[in-house]
Amino acid sequence: MINYVWALLISGGIVYAALHGRIDIVTNSAITAAEGAVGLSFKLIGIMSLWLGILKIAEAAGMVRVLGKIIGPFIRLVFPSVPSGHPAMGAIIVTISANMLGLGNAVTPLGIKAMSELQKLNTRKDTASEAMCTLLALCTTGFTLVPTTIIALRAAAGSVCPTEIIGPTVLVSFLATVIALLADGICRTFFRRPKRKV
Amino acid sequence: MLTYFTTNVSVWAIPGILLAILVFGLLRSVRVYEVFVEGAKEGFSNAIRIMPFLVAMMVAVSIFRDSGALDECISWLRPVLSSAGIPTELLPLAILRPLSGTGALGVTSELLYSQGPDSLVGRIASTLLGSTDTTFYVLTVYFGAIGVIKPRYSIVVGLIGDLVGFIGSVYICRLLF
Repeated sequence: MINYVWALLISGGIVYAALHGRIDIVTNSAITAAEGAVGLSFKLIGIMSLWLGILKIAEAAGMVRVLGKIIGPFIRLVFPSVPSGHPAMGAIIVTISANMLGLGNAVTPLGIKAMSELQKLNTRKDTASEAMCTLLALCTTGFTLVPTTIIALRAAAGSVCPTEIIGPTVLVSFLATVIALLADGICRTFFRRPKRKV
Repeated sequence: MLTYFTTNVSVWAIPGILLAILVFGLLRSVRVYEVFVEGAKEGFSNAIRIMPFLVAMMVAVSIFRDSGALDECISWLRPVLSSAGIPTELLPLAILRPLSGTGALGVTSELLYSQGPDSLVGRIASTLLGSTDTTFYVLTVYFGAIGVIKPRYSIVVGLIGDLVGFIGSVYICRLLF
């Protein structure tokens, strides 16, 4: 799937540019984007180190256990394949909590931490497991209680009430999350992972 | 009071959480500095592992956008949207949302300034930006960091979430405002 999407984006862009006599744009665009991607991952080093360090303190202090008591039952329901005592459970709980608080950049390192815990349970390391797909569904729809960035953006644009979109945002992201989880559940039963050849 | 709280929550969220975790850690007699450094070590390898995946995805999206192919798709979809009663100004945002986080942020701020943050389009754009995340970025980074190269059906699920986010934003904002 990802191979086709990726190839379609690039070849579609190249063919379209060629047909419209703008082929020179492609090279420049590709190089700039590649440099930008490297710049972005360097920027991520600092943010990741900061939040992974803070997370380690929270773990050592037992805060993850406290959070787990609150949203743990829901998480266990959505991730039936993860054993309840496994570190992946705690990491997922922290990721979802950070997402709900609208912590933006802080969510990425926590999500990666959760993914790498799930990878330890994965039997085929190059292929996503069911639990990974579910976590991704939760993160891409990103259920948020406080959309911090957009509130700041609205305030900057001179809104009379920058926070009035919190209600609709919570509603919509809740709806999107529920539908995505349903779609994930359906896909999980229909697209079973091919059994490994013995 | 509530308005004060919600506008300031974005400023207070990160410092508040940092402080809470530190205080909690100290109360539980965690050696916070040493533990922090130990956790932070993983940051470097994680970020570097993502790099090839980010290059692949960002180059593809960038070529597609800069060639004008993205605008072409938008102009095809425009009549479909207007017949469904959805403001067509929102289309570029709806298409960019799953592809590029900074792109979507840029388009949204442009809409907020040109249409006004308290217009219907401004409100729908705000809701759309807040209610879903950048599907392709999240997929690239999360799976890239752990070396998963076959994401199976998760793109479809992510895009379904984005579609629900778009349609939901339009109709729920219509209903509420």
